[in-house]
Amino acid sequence: MTLADLNLVWPELILVVGALTLLMIGAFRGKGGPMFDGLAMLVLAAAAVAAATGEQGRAFAGGVVADNLAAFAKVAIHSASALAIPLGGGWLRRRGDDKFEFPVLILLAALGMGMMASAGDLISLYVGVELHSLALYVLAAFRRDDAKSSEAGLKYFVLGALSSGLLLYGASLIYGFAGSTHFDVIASAVQGEANTGVLFGLVFLICGLAFKVSAAPFHMWTPDVYEGAPTPVVGFFAAAPKLAAMVLLARALSEGFGTAVAQWQQVIVLVALLSIFVGAFAGLVQRNLKRLWAYSSIANIGYALLGLAAGGEAGVQSMLMFMVLYMVDVTGFFACLCALQRDGKPMETIDDMAGLFKERPGLALAMTVFALSALGLPPFSGFFAKVFVFQAALGAGLVWPAVLGLIGSVVAAYYYLRLIKVMWFDPAPGATEKPPLTAQTIAIAAALFSFPVVLVALAWLEPLALAAAAAFG
Amino acid sequence: MIGLGHYLTVAAILFTIGVFGIFVNRKNVIIILMSIELILLAVNINLVAFSVYLHDVVGQIFAMFVLTVAAAEAAVGLAILVTFFRNRGDIAVDDANVMKG
Repeated sequence: MTLADLNLVWPELILVVGALTLLMIGAFRGKGGPMFDGLAMLVLAAAAVAAATGEQGRAFAGGVVADNLAAFAKVAIHSASALAIPLGGGWLRRRGDDKFEFPVLILLAALGMGMMASAGDLISLYVGVELHSLALYVLAAFRRDDAKSSEAGLKYFVLGALSSGLLLYGASLIYGFAGSTHFDVIASAVQGEANTGVLFGLVFLICGLAFKVSAAPFHMWTPDVYEGAPTPVVGFFAAAPKLAAMVLLARALSEGFGTAVAQWQQVIVLVALLSIFVGAFAGLVQRNLKRLWAYSSIANIGYALLGLAAGGEAGVQSMLMFMVLYMVDVTGFFACLCALQRDGKPMETIDDMAGLFKERPGLALAMTVFALSALGLPPFSGFFAKVFVFQAALGAGLVWPAVLGLIGSVVAAYYYLRLIKVMWFDPAPGATEKPPLTAQTIAIAAALFSFPVVLVALAWLEPLALAAAAAFG
Repeated sequence: MIGLGHYLTVAAILFTIGVFGIFVNRKNVIIILMSIELILLAVNINLVAFSVYLHDVVGQIFAMFVLTVAAAEAAVGLAILVTFFRNRGDIAVDDANVMKG
């Protein structure tokens, strides 16, 4: 290790120092507040700028990679994390549950996700995954006097620890049978055809990461955790960590096993299709919006995996585009849920949304946009996201998976349209409270991005994603 | 002579016991925590055995990381368990069912 290596990890250094400093400030002041949240957001913004403008290369003997893919992912992850802070801070303060640990935990989770995005070997992969998971377990159980929140935290912890165990067992087998923890050495070891031990390890590794992105059949924790965890935390869960885990999966598969595409493609296609159908069918019977969006996120991860299964540059590019557009939608949707409250109770079921259009036309319109976008209707951003994925899948000859994916999204249309129908045409049971400004602003901004800003944004997002995907070369 | 295969077999058995411990056990969360430790120990046996077999020290360094992270994980898990116990007065797995659907 030399000092030059440290130049490549500026975003991580900023986050570590920022998180620990804020922790000390918080511990001595004993409370947080809007100023404190603002400082944490500044730290994340600084880390995003450092990631976008920093040097590129490999540091710590190849353990950390700073390339276009890492920079792209880190900017998206840190921006999504920065939005979660005011959203969560406001929501918790409204419930008299304001603690300074919230922004600190988000910073630590962002640090772990940044490490995942630039992992160059199995050790940094594992450390990144654990660093972000440990922060997320605590965030899920953040309302410690709430039975649902602590149960969500417990379930997330148990299943998350199991998935880390699977991932780690896979990593140990890959290390043993390929002879190294570095992705590039593994790639040359599996050239042509990988031996059984390595494939066994790869399957365990994919299972562990599928848990983290909540892909079926490893999705069972998602609905429970989404229902129990605090709403802004769920919005955070559904956005940044998913992207980080998908980027990690892309890197492990393309960099470590890029020479053995045929051997993992079928597994990923199978997981993708299962996720799409579980998400579509199980969502049909949900009444709770957080559970519904959990199934929606399972289905959407299926589409992202379908893009990834296409392999190569086009596959990774489509996955990145899909995830970024999806992150904006899901953040906006949960910002709406954070904003809405009736008689001091959060509005969380579909029936609660009745008559929303007459009372809060702005938020109802925003939620309509997010539902239509998640459904994949043109001209909203979700449509373009799906177009990219299906193009990549068709380009790689995955015709049947693409057709099945389309059928899945037609099934899922039912629950999105039902939500819209309830909001627009059913009578309202009572008045909603005035929504807080922050959450409302984030929701409206995300809706505007979904349409029409996306039409302009695509023009610069597409080449950026292509450059990021080209990092594998 | 005890070779690599023996170590891998022991690790695989421990791993399986750990996974079954999580899924089959319907009694309490402490047993789940023990099962998780068992899984991580199986991984460590694998890593150290491979490290010796390959004459490569990276496996042992990896095992050190796993040990450290496992300690942090157990601390976080027990902390969440304490909040769960405060809210419910019990840590039986069967009772973790406020949310179903």
